[in-house]
Amino acid sequence: MSSDKLSRLPPLASFGPLIALLLAVAFFATQSDRFLSVQNFSLILQQVMVVGTIAIGQTLVILTAGIDLSCGMVMALGGIVMTRLAVAGGMNAYLAILCGLFACMAFGLLNGLLVTRVRLPPFIVTLGTMNIAFAITQLYSGAQTITDLPPEMTFFGNTVTLGGAAINYGTLFMLAMYAFMWWGLRDTQPGRHVYAVGNNPEATRLTGIPTDKVLLGVYVTAGLFYGIASLLSVARTGVGDPNAGQTENLDAITAVVLGGTSLFGGRGIILGSLLGALIVGVFRNGLTLMGVSSVYQVLITGVLVILAVATDQLSRKGAR
Amino acid sequence: MILTPSHSFLRLTFGAVALGLAGMAAAADQAVIGLITKTDTNPFFVKMKEGAQAAATAKGAKLLSAAGKADGDNAGQVTAIENMIAGGAKTILITPNDSKAIVPAIKKAQEKGVMFIALDSPTDPMEATDALFATDNYKAGQLIGQYAKAAVAGKPVKIATLDLFPGHPVGAQRHNGFMSGFGLKASDAKSNELSKSAEIVCMADSFGDQAKGQTAMENCLQKNPDINLVYTINEPAAAGAYQALKAAGKEKGVLIVSVDGGCAGVKNVKAGVIAATSQQYPLKMASMGVEAGVEYANGGKKAKGYTDTGVTLVTDKPMTGVDSKDTKVGMDLCWGNK
Amino acid sequence: MSTPPLVMEARGLVKRYGHVTALDGTDFELRAGEIMAVIGDNGAGKSSLIKALSGATIPDEGSILLDGKVIHFKSPIDARREGIETVYQDLAVAPAMTIAENLFLGREIIKPGLLARWLRIIDKKKMLEETIARMNDLKVGIRSMTQAVETLSGGQRQCVAVARSAAFARHVVILDEPTAALGVKEGNMVLELIRRVRDKGLPVILISHNMPHVFEIADRIHIARLGKRACIINPKKISMSDTVAVMTGAMRPDELPADALA
Repeated sequence: MSSDKLSRLPPLASFGPLIALLLAVAFFATQSDRFLSVQNFSLILQQVMVVGTIAIGQTLVILTAGIDLSCGMVMALGGIVMTRLAVAGGMNAYLAILCGLFACMAFGLLNGLLVTRVRLPPFIVTLGTMNIAFAITQLYSGAQTITDLPPEMTFFGNTVTLGGAAINYGTLFMLAMYAFMWWGLRDTQPGRHVYAVGNNPEATRLTGIPTDKVLLGVYVTAGLFYGIASLLSVARTGVGDPNAGQTENLDAITAVVLGGTSLFGGRGIILGSLLGALIVGVFRNGLTLMGVSSVYQVLITGVLVILAVATDQLSRKGAR
Repeated sequence: MILTPSHSFLRLTFGAVALGLAGMAAAADQAVIGLITKTDTNPFFVKMKEGAQAAATAKGAKLLSAAGKADGDNAGQVTAIENMIAGGAKTILITPNDSKAIVPAIKKAQEKGVMFIALDSPTDPMEATDALFATDNYKAGQLIGQYAKAAVAGKPVKIATLDLFPGHPVGAQRHNGFMSGFGLKASDAKSNELSKSAEIVCMADSFGDQAKGQTAMENCLQKNPDINLVYTINEPAAAGAYQALKAAGKEKGVLIVSVDGGCAGVKNVKAGVIAATSQQYPLKMASMGVEAGVEYANGGKKAKGYTDTGVTLVTDKPMTGVDSKDTKVGMDLCWGNK
Repeated sequence: MSTPPLVMEARGLVKRYGHVTALDGTDFELRAGEIMAVIGDNGAGKSSLIKALSGATIPDEGSILLDGKVIHFKSPIDARREGIETVYQDLAVAPAMTIAENLFLGREIIKPGLLARWLRIIDKKKMLEETIARMNDLKVGIRSMTQAVETLSGGQRQCVAVARSAAFARHVVILDEPTAALGVKEGNMVLELIRRVRDKGLPVILISHNMPHVFEIADRIHIARLGKRACIINPKKISMSDTVAVMTGAMRPDELPADALA
């Protein structure tokens, strides 16, 4: 049967982000001679480090056919919790970081419980928790940024020279997390169950997979990644900023969508989200090098998102 | 007169009633003033609100406050106007999110006898409000432009501007004012467009945010590693620019100038992160606004016209020909958490 | 001639939903090595009976016996643990995942070793080999086990679902409308597979509206009527039209010749 051969090829959607990224890189290379360099690429990686990490958590949620609108705000909360505890509260830096991570995971747990126990749609739940996280962040920080952080907290911002370019530990850590999650989602039982729950939750219930536990685990894990992202954000900027994360909310979802993960759940490769984040980063960097207004970056991102989803839909129709 | 119980009871009642009436009269006299800020998360507006509240308490006035949900939220501010009028406000102080779109709502309220004072940013047209108490943002830019010109002392410059985002009046005024003060040809204070020049090798948008300012500076440095002067729209963007310069090992050779004069920003001037900043006075805007509101409520005149609430150049490295104050004065006058 | 032992038996099952009595004291029996079809008009109680047998619902009264032992299912998972596998009408497969993954859905083979068990690393190679072996055993003609289930035809998907239940069932396989919405060729393909499942020693309970298929494949037929079992008939000794008559009540079971009953 010819469909057998077709089925051996990964769907077009998994190549799309890579092609788009390569095309963008090729284009900008022609527009500015400062674009194509190891140092510049290392820079772009560092600039997408925070959104890229949030996107790991967001990918998990979207794989289960959910969505998490609170990701950026929860990240901001984590950043404020850890920096305020360390600076104003005098807490040990490592302990403060743990507290920040726990704060984010607590929100993940809240999201997960509302989705699995009260059976509210994820969109609604995270719309609510997004606002709650934002308000708590503003109140706890008094709307002031927190400076003079202990060096342990900014560790991930420190750079190391690799292959002629400086790259910070945070970016290396993000790449490592992507590699680990890619492997985990492909080769472990919990990973495959995430896909199964997203692809057909009824089937998972009937075959004995603890669907609600899987979902809860996904939301809490996502919260953990938002917490790690908050640490990376704090390390990169050197401050705890209560207004951080506001655009990262949609930026992370954009990265996941551009990366080819289906909003209907059950399909997608997590490395795609990294590519999606890089596409946005490449455009922002390239347009600045060209001297073009940032408004065009927003325009292009919007067009790309529609192209990404349309390509995914069309390639899926072809496979049937 | 012999005080019978009924007499003293009567006296007590009279006294109570008299006291009550006096209290009511006082309450009736209490001025109700509304303050509508752009958002309630930007520290600038948080401090403005605190200043207004302090002034209101001192003068025995009642302050109603509200804000838009985000930068640019006009509808939220229109709703706030309606609610405050229902709450009895006779004066409304407002930092408009959309200088044009808010005007019809203001006109409607003015027909009911409400006095409007714009704070920090004007409406378009400026005369739509009875008065404007604001920083001259163009002048704020000019001061740091003049300072930068003196500081580079004739050396060739490669300038990066970290702006707000396209089309915003305050962003344009500060940017163009900076250029004008530096001696470059730029649009006047009425323009909303960012002027360009050959000396400005990179213009990037920071959205007034530290992390985005850092990214913008990194990309500008990638474009032109020889940038030696950075204009920033506000102090968070300046802090982000400094992070980027530090990561590239360039922080010692590059001059950063900024606007705002918040306490965190003045601390950065003291630390040498920012060379000079134009300090503005949101607390003064707020207290002047409350005073005007109380005056109006007590039968006085309406406030009129534009009052410059002042801008001061704050630096620890003064330049001849440019008036400035040092960071000690700056910290005394700064807004924010000291 | 000795009759084969009863693998499954139900006595006097009653199930009420509010005012509606779905099961009114129905009996049921299943012998080893047979295909028992359950037929009946709408509202006769077939699906309620199957739900009770598969653990999807708990009967209000009556008892269910497995191999002579009384059992109480609290959920379909309990039934599965007792070795009863059910293939539902919507198949319960994850379309985007491969055949091998779907076969082992929820029961993935974990690699040996402490680290692998802690992280629950899947032994994909072994799963694939097992899948190929079992599918070959049941003579299911799909070439690649790594293709996604959604690329299969309806009949092939049904075969995957049936093969999955046969792979893990120890006692009984229950199939709910397995040939519904399938064409002639695909339907026959599924019937062939069901026969092979029985020949491997697993008794099968089958619900179907498709009379020709029922008559082709069933060893005995349970006729449900008004929440009770009307009778069990031998398809080789009774005509389709008489069967339908009993189903609709036009004919009474005691009007049937003796050898038609089984």
